[in-house]
Amino acid sequence: MAEIASDALTSTAVEERASSRRGPSFLSNYIFRRALRALLTVFLVSTFIFFLVRLLPGDPVQVYINQQMTQYGYSYEEASNQARSLYSIDVDQPVLLQYLDYLRNISQGDLGMSLSSPGTSVAEIIQSRIWWTIFSVGTALLLSFIFGCLLGMLMAYRRNSFLDSVLSAFSSITHSIPNYLLAILIILFFGVRLGWIPFTEMRGAVSSGQEVEFSFTFLKDILYHAFLPISVYVITSIGGWMLLMKSSTISALEEDYVTAARARGVPEWRVLIFYVGRNAILPLFTQLTIAIGFIVGGSLLVEPIFTYEGIGQRLFGALQKRDYPLLQGIFLMVTISVVLANFAADLLYSRLDPRIRSGGS
Amino acid sequence: MVQSALDPTSLPSAADPGTTSEAKRRGVIRTFVDHNKSGTIGFIMFFAILLLAFVGPFLMPGDNRGDYRNVYAPPSMDHFLGTDYQGKDIWFQIVHGGRSILLVAAGAAILSTGISIIFGALAALLGGRFDAFVLMFTDVVLTVPGIILLGVLAAFVRLNSPFLLVLILGLTGWPTLLLAVRAQVLSLKEREYIEAARMLDLGLPRILFREVLPNMMSYIVINFVLGMTGAIYGQVILYFLGLVSLAGNNWGLMIQQAYVQGAHFFKDSFLYIFAPIFVITVLQLSLVLISRALEDVFNPRLRES
Repeated sequence: MAEIASDALTSTAVEERASSRRGPSFLSNYIFRRALRALLTVFLVSTFIFFLVRLLPGDPVQVYINQQMTQYGYSYEEASNQARSLYSIDVDQPVLLQYLDYLRNISQGDLGMSLSSPGTSVAEIIQSRIWWTIFSVGTALLLSFIFGCLLGMLMAYRRNSFLDSVLSAFSSITHSIPNYLLAILIILFFGVRLGWIPFTEMRGAVSSGQEVEFSFTFLKDILYHAFLPISVYVITSIGGWMLLMKSSTISALEEDYVTAARARGVPEWRVLIFYVGRNAILPLFTQLTIAIGFIVGGSLLVEPIFTYEGIGQRLFGALQKRDYPLLQGIFLMVTISVVLANFAADLLYSRLDPRIRSGGS
Repeated sequence: MVQSALDPTSLPSAADPGTTSEAKRRGVIRTFVDHNKSGTIGFIMFFAILLLAFVGPFLMPGDNRGDYRNVYAPPSMDHFLGTDYQGKDIWFQIVHGGRSILLVAAGAAILSTGISIIFGALAALLGGRFDAFVLMFTDVVLTVPGIILLGVLAAFVRLNSPFLLVLILGLTGWPTLLLAVRAQVLSLKEREYIEAARMLDLGLPRILFREVLPNMMSYIVINFVLGMTGAIYGQVILYFLGLVSLAGNNWGLMIQQAYVQGAHFFKDSFLYIFAPIFVITVLQLSLVLISRALEDVFNPRLRES
């Protein structure tokens, strides 16, 4: 999917640059507009969750109240009080007030209580899990981006060679295997059939007894446990970067400034890194949004398959137990993390491409 | 290493005047097979799967009775791929398990391609506020991790009919396609015949359906194929998560059942979980190869050999 969207996304970025010449000066600031968009996304997603929970037929809050009344003989007040503490929603108020209450609660970090693990708040569960996912997904994203770009450049320089066709076939095949199926295949072949990977030992996010500290042994331990999920994310997403970088490099190679630099006698390695590489990599930044979303989405199934204790594994459990407060809390926090990651990518992009930073002036 | 950019063989071969007459003489299909080996393999794999899923069930009627004395049997004459944890034939499940996956994927791809064409093309043609709004909305949806959105939605909606499955997959699968369509229409918009139609004031529906869309059919087909891969990916996830309350035989359910039975931990049950994973991977690979081949054919500038 990524290949086609590339030109689409680049063209939006180009237009944004062009359109930013109009309007008040602070609005034309690229970073300001991106920050505004990030806030808007978070706001829309939390609104969407609220109305999804409250307005769909079979409203889980109402179902919960009825269940408490019929099963345990609570009065309506008691049941709705319980529901209020679980969901941070007061069902007796009009929907609009409920909505405002809900927005105030989540902005204070109150996401309600978990249904499936009684007595634990959703915020606590997320706090204990999300860092592992950010660590594994972030590492995988960096690795696949860096190595994908390097291999893509190599493919472009050695166009039509044997190496190019081998790498093309590799990227087509790895691009086609759904990440969760690759995870099962790894356990199936390397874990069970061949017995090369001690996958049961690698479960969890850290070894038991390992303190969370700032040391080499700790880093080694968490990398050991994150190795399998990271490998799956890298293998399934690197093909996309390779193909994008290949086509981007090919068009950069045809630019006049490359020919001119060569004619001036600029050393070849300088041409490749500073003239071709730097300009070829820029359009790829617009693809990061899709890549981040893809890997984070993959964690929903890859983490439970490897029993890696990140947020994806917890969400998997919450989906199967229909733990709605936990479900909505995780969805919201994962979205906020992704939005922040995108914003960071935007900042980096504007550092690398001076044309954007100044808003086109 | 260096001369590749200036290498005459890397120039677009469409510019070669001999190509078209040669293509006529040798037939379109042969030219395609010669020039695009991976695309040919993709088409062959895809038609093999279509045959398996739509013709296979007629050649292999009957029902798949379990036999508890014959659990996880190795491949034999009776059971081509062995049996599962209930002693049911695995090959039978593979043959009968493709149709619903393919039909739902096609339905979802039609829906998501439709949404992206209509809104993407309108945004590009109308421009202004409408365009800004569509772009902003797409941006927001694109940022939210699609699979997690799909899972959360499926947990709230009871997915008990294939139509709901089509609806939920189609409604979450459009953002990348929309951006691609919009970019394509923006570039078409600059062409003379579209400008002429706009000046003649032929009306938006006519410009959209008679002038713009026929000129991007190839593009729509490619997007449809990509939409199908996305819908298959998402659909199997929903089955895997156990969020679809549909009975029957299909590859997604097979994987889920095999996984719940722990089939990936034992050597005897290897084929039970490997068989559906293999067909789904081959199906996805065939679609990816087809989309690349189509891109190659319709976009000769990208052609390399």
